[in-house]
Amino acid sequence: MSTPSARARRSPGEVGIWVFVIGDMIVFAVFFAVIVVLAAEQPDLVRESQARLSVTSGALNTILLLTSSVLVALAVRAAREPGAAHHLRARKLFGFALACGLGFAVIKAAEYGTKIDAGLVPATNDFFAYFYVFTAIHLLHVTAGIGVLVWLMRLSGRPALTAKDRMLIESGASYWHMVDLLWVVLFPLLYLVN
Amino acid sequence: MAALLRTRLFAVYVVLVAATCVSWILGADHGSGSHTTVAAIVLVVAFVKVWLVGHEFMELGGALQPLKGIFEAYVVVVLAVLLVLYNVV
Repeated sequence: MSTPSARARRSPGEVGIWVFVIGDMIVFAVFFAVIVVLAAEQPDLVRESQARLSVTSGALNTILLLTSSVLVALAVRAAREPGAAHHLRARKLFGFALACGLGFAVIKAAEYGTKIDAGLVPATNDFFAYFYVFTAIHLLHVTAGIGVLVWLMRLSGRPALTAKDRMLIESGASYWHMVDLLWVVLFPLLYLVN
Repeated sequence: MAALLRTRLFAVYVVLVAATCVSWILGADHGSGSHTTVAAIVLVVAFVKVWLVGHEFMELGGALQPLKGIFEAYVVVVLAVLLVLYNVV
């Protein structure tokens, strides 16, 4: 097991992906602040609205994204190893991560359907307006991430990977981890904190 | 499979899932404490998870500066701002 001190200190992926990731994280930080201000100013509204959400769906989706993230991290490490067997393993791990991402999208779509059937729509109140807007923006990130994971499966399956291939794999993986990281904060803010 | 279970990444994953379950239980059971205290604990746990994902899965723990510093500053500053906005500090 290598540690940062045991290997050369380096940043994974390309500079461009980190500009995008940090920029996106800052945009979401504003979303987080908006939700917290609503919870502080209208605690009763938020409490009553949260009581109508499915915490189980939110928690399951959190666990799915955390699972996908660890699978992607393992896949990146497998892709760094020389040899087709390691690359095939990376491809499989990306495939399992992809399944988790699809599971997240299915649960989120089912949750939207249940809420809309119950008459809970963006126009219901401020909380549900934020709930739909912020989770939909995140779901768009998940959808793009699913495309990235498909691409990573194709790329990592090559018998021989170049340094550029590995850099691209790290960049795609960093994007997916960001998708996970953003949900890790959105889940408690929308479902738990009031 | 056994080798996978012994990796640092898997240990971090177990901690992350356990932390999610703690937040889930705390958030669902507000009878055990004030809303403000529970909110503060849930927020801190969320940002510890963010740090773990960034440090371990994104490999920012071994990244060059300023990337590592920007990420760690993000975790501290955003958590502090949210706690202040929520009036828990």
